[in-house]
Amino acid sequence: MTQETLKPKEKKALIELLYQLADDDFLLAFRGSEWLGLAPHIEEDVAFSSISQDMMGHANLYYNLLENLEEGEADRIAHLRSPDLFRNAIILEEVNGPGTYLKEPDYDWAFTVVRNYFYAVHKHIRLDSLRHSSYEPLAEAARKIMTEQYYHLMHWEIWFKQLMTSTDEATLRMTAAIQKVWKDFGGVLTLGPYYEDIVKANFIDDENVMKKRWNNKIEAVLKEVGASYPGEPRMERGNGRNGVHTEDLKQATATLSEVYATNPATGW
Amino acid sequence: MSELKSSMTDSVMDALGDVKDPEIASVSILDLGMVHEVDVTDDRVRISVLPTFSGCPALHIIERDIKKAIENVEGITSAEVKFVFTPSWTTDRITPEGRERLKEFGISPPPANHVMGEPWEIDCPYCGSTYVTMENIFGPTACRSILYCKSCKNPFEAMKPVADMG
Repeated sequence: MTQETLKPKEKKALIELLYQLADDDFLLAFRGSEWLGLAPHIEEDVAFSSISQDMMGHANLYYNLLENLEEGEADRIAHLRSPDLFRNAIILEEVNGPGTYLKEPDYDWAFTVVRNYFYAVHKHIRLDSLRHSSYEPLAEAARKIMTEQYYHLMHWEIWFKQLMTSTDEATLRMTAAIQKVWKDFGGVLTLGPYYEDIVKANFIDDENVMKKRWNNKIEAVLKEVGASYPGEPRMERGNGRNGVHTEDLKQATATLSEVYATNPATGW
Repeated sequence: MSELKSSMTDSVMDALGDVKDPEIASVSILDLGMVHEVDVTDDRVRISVLPTFSGCPALHIIERDIKKAIENVEGITSAEVKFVFTPSWTTDRITPEGRERLKEFGISPPPANHVMGEPWEIDCPYCGSTYVTMENIFGPTACRSILYCKSCKNPFEAMKPVADMG
């Protein structure tokens, strides 16, 4: 399928899916970039900022696909949408911890590792499906992103397994982080209200198939590090795919867009 | 292809050889295998370029530099640059000269036939030793890792292998 051969119903479903993919990467990349200068050690600072930069690049690829579907200019889509038009999962917009980047950041590294690892596992599953997408431009983008994301997954898996099998304090903090992420990670695993049309058009695999793959993988990893699998992840604060969001998203987009919104015509 | 068109294409290719990676001064975009197709029609050139890493901030600079270089070629009035993702840029596209120039810059070139998921070997670009350690798989730019040579005691960088995942 190409831009020209999409039927109206398919186009609507595709646009919804692209917003999910773009906004998920966009928000988590932003939360990642807030760690710059604050990561546990200098090598992690280099690695994490590189990963965040890649992920911003991935979001940009998806926003460009949306631009080609007449959703407006990619920069405007990223910067000038109101929060209710965002389709990212709620867990990905959540702040890194108390404080702000500029004032007394008391960020939670365990939460960051767990959130990023769980997300990377799902992103890999999603890309593995998207590279066979019926919409060829999306399949092309997925094949590109996959080569980079491979290194992200490896990075977060090392952190996750090492901290889970480290000191008592590390295990305690990681366990608390897993419980926290579990409450809302269901939001990442869903394709939202246009789910049926998205799957019918073969843009991506059925969400239940991907959910199962994710659960199986995480269950195996938890077992490997001696932790128990808490059952299906939940969606306690609502479904971001429906435009339901928290105050944290407002804070994120306000900070992200501060410069752009001042004067969209300026190059920077 | 007419003789005139062929000589024009040669001039355009020469010009592209002068477009360097903004972050690796010794290596051109031809060395890196970033140029996919070049089409010269009369006084216009259309060129498709394969981005290395999708979040690479140097892409805009590369686009500008390509346009500038080609529009300076005698007989050319306009150049259009398009980034495409098929085929994917992979590190086996780097030319043998490109690999040598990366080493001159202190960057170990990636293995030519890497399979994603498999381990790979990195030799020190200065002394050729295999006795090296990886300090960080991520480096100062998206495409590089940071290493240390235990033989000649030099820190160095290596380009991450990127291969098609099928």
